[in-house]
Amino acid sequence: MADIVLDQVTKRFPDGALAVDKISLDIADGEFVILVGPSGCGKSTTLNMIAGLEDITEGELRIGGKVVNNAAPKDRDIAMVFQSYALYPHMTVRENMGFALKLAKTPQATIDQKVNEAARILDLTQHLERRPANLSGGQRQRVAMGRAIVRDPSAFLMDEPLSNLDAKLRVQTRTEVSKLQKRLGTTMVYVTHDQTEAMTLGDRLAVMRSGILQQVGSPHELYDNPVNLFVAGFIGSPAMNFMAGTLEEGSLRTTIGSLPLNPQLRQALERANAGRQVIVGIRPENFEDASLVQSDLRAHGLTFRATIDVVESMGSDVFVYFTQESGLSAGVDQLADLAEDSGMADSGASEETVTARLDPATGITEGQNAELWADLRSMHIFDPDTGKNLSLGTERPASAGPPAS
Amino acid sequence: MAMVTSGRQKAGWGTANTVVVALALIPVLWLVSLSFKTPAAILDPSLIPKQWTWGNYSGVLSTSQFIRPLINSIGIGLISTFIAVVFASMAAYAVARLRFPGKGVLIGMALLIAMFPAISLVTPMFNIERSLGLFNTWPGLIIPYVAFGLPLGIYTLSAFFREIPWELEKAAKIDGATPFQAFTKVIAPLAAPGMVTTAILVFLACWNEFLFAISFTSTLASRTAPASLAYFSGASQFTVPTGPIAAAAVVITIPIIIFVVFFQRRIVAGLTSGAVKG
Repeated sequence: MADIVLDQVTKRFPDGALAVDKISLDIADGEFVILVGPSGCGKSTTLNMIAGLEDITEGELRIGGKVVNNAAPKDRDIAMVFQSYALYPHMTVRENMGFALKLAKTPQATIDQKVNEAARILDLTQHLERRPANLSGGQRQRVAMGRAIVRDPSAFLMDEPLSNLDAKLRVQTRTEVSKLQKRLGTTMVYVTHDQTEAMTLGDRLAVMRSGILQQVGSPHELYDNPVNLFVAGFIGSPAMNFMAGTLEEGSLRTTIGSLPLNPQLRQALERANAGRQVIVGIRPENFEDASLVQSDLRAHGLTFRATIDVVESMGSDVFVYFTQESGLSAGVDQLADLAEDSGMADSGASEETVTARLDPATGITEGQNAELWADLRSMHIFDPDTGKNLSLGTERPASAGPPAS
Repeated sequence: MAMVTSGRQKAGWGTANTVVVALALIPVLWLVSLSFKTPAAILDPSLIPKQWTWGNYSGVLSTSQFIRPLINSIGIGLISTFIAVVFASMAAYAVARLRFPGKGVLIGMALLIAMFPAISLVTPMFNIERSLGLFNTWPGLIIPYVAFGLPLGIYTLSAFFREIPWELEKAAKIDGATPFQAFTKVIAPLAAPGMVTTAILVFLACWNEFLFAISFTSTLASRTAPASLAYFSGASQFTVPTGPIAAAAVVITIPIIIFVVFFQRRIVAGLTSGAVKG
């Protein structure tokens, strides 16, 4: 059991590339922390530095209060699960799981007992004498987990441990990882690029982008109060909708209509010295079929009309898509990063598709010019240059005035 | 690409294959045939001897002129192979895994040694061996064989090491292994097929080597089998010892065939399957 503290940890590769830039993160004893971000954001490098597989260029890493910058992996008392599982193919499952203990010269009886115990927890007992090549993907994944837990380490490090499983098994294993961590109560640092995995698993999430830690917080905090455009767009599925907005005398003009600004928000924007151009972010679930919104709620948002392109009914929700003139300048690199991560880079569209999640009771059909309502209490306003969330910590436009539509 | 082959293609390939196999095997068959012919029938042009004889074999295998070189060949070959594979595996591991200054130069030098024509080295090496007292000794052949086996070994083995997922080594380190333990307990067992392949290649090279063998030896104390064939004499000075030479040549081919047949499956079996997903 140990806490892990990263203090201004930096990784610069010999070729000069800066992989991790001054990351500071306190991971409490027994906490489950997820490092999440698109590929190449430095999350795996950070994990490898904690493991001792990569040298730390600058900064300090403390595990259980001790500075371990120069300690070999074996002296850090940590276990790691790799994305590829990295099982030793020439050893049986039993030997794989007992390898660390054998290296530590643990008596054979203790090894057997611990391996059997771990195998029982992970439901691997009948596979102990088989080799990794003869196991299914899910079983291999469990062996990799077993290899970590038999050691009873002070911390677990997991590098995308579920990404090689098929979708169904991944969801199932995700729950099991979570249960296992709660049961063992061991500190766990988990790396993933999948924000759904991150949201469902972690006590806290650390979102990274281009080697820089963007925001750390509980899934809820990140979802409700993203500090910048990147976190806002990365966390949440389907992703937050962004549209260009222009500040104009107490209101915010966007392609879906003019949004009112309450005094607090206006003050915040003034304080932040925001320019006239901003980016407005609204999550899909903050839209609703206007006909289903009760009249007392309507004042909290904006009612507008849009031609619906596609309707997808998922049973519990209905997703509708409509296009808006984008108006977003291509120079916003945080948006570019997000687009690249979602595989939408270079689409070059001057129109932005807006996703709205509606109540299944909606009668909206494809091609219809429907009346929609956007809840402005959960709207975010971002600075297009820095990406900073300007509306953070403010009351969103409540009943400040009737929607100016 | 669709693997549809027409009849004509098949026939073409079949013919080409037959020609190549025939070119390779007919001399061997001829050699075997010669080894079973009596001295009088040596000039007989038929492939199948009219009169079979074991005389050449019994003659060759009863003389220390051949038995002693055979022992030298086996001893020198095995020792050279062992040393070369041990050092080559360590060097190959470093080449495959580590980034260090001078790596390119090292690989280049290794390649240079392998490419260097042996004939140009024989004279200086002869003088060196003479002055060091290595001439006509086992080490006198083992040292150059190791030197020439190493580049070959480093090249083959580094290719094998590159195939082994690096994460296995990371996993071993996390499991508490020292770099040496990670190598001996995880990497080396997985590279075993590669080591066997390398060992076979190096052994073959040592076994067949003729130039150094004939240059750096002078007596039966260290002369190897291929070199000894050159010293075979006939029954009288006027007889060419064709039959005994053929028999000896067949004898020194047999271990190689056994070697390859025995280890073939091991070379083919990819031990790394199952290490990672896939």
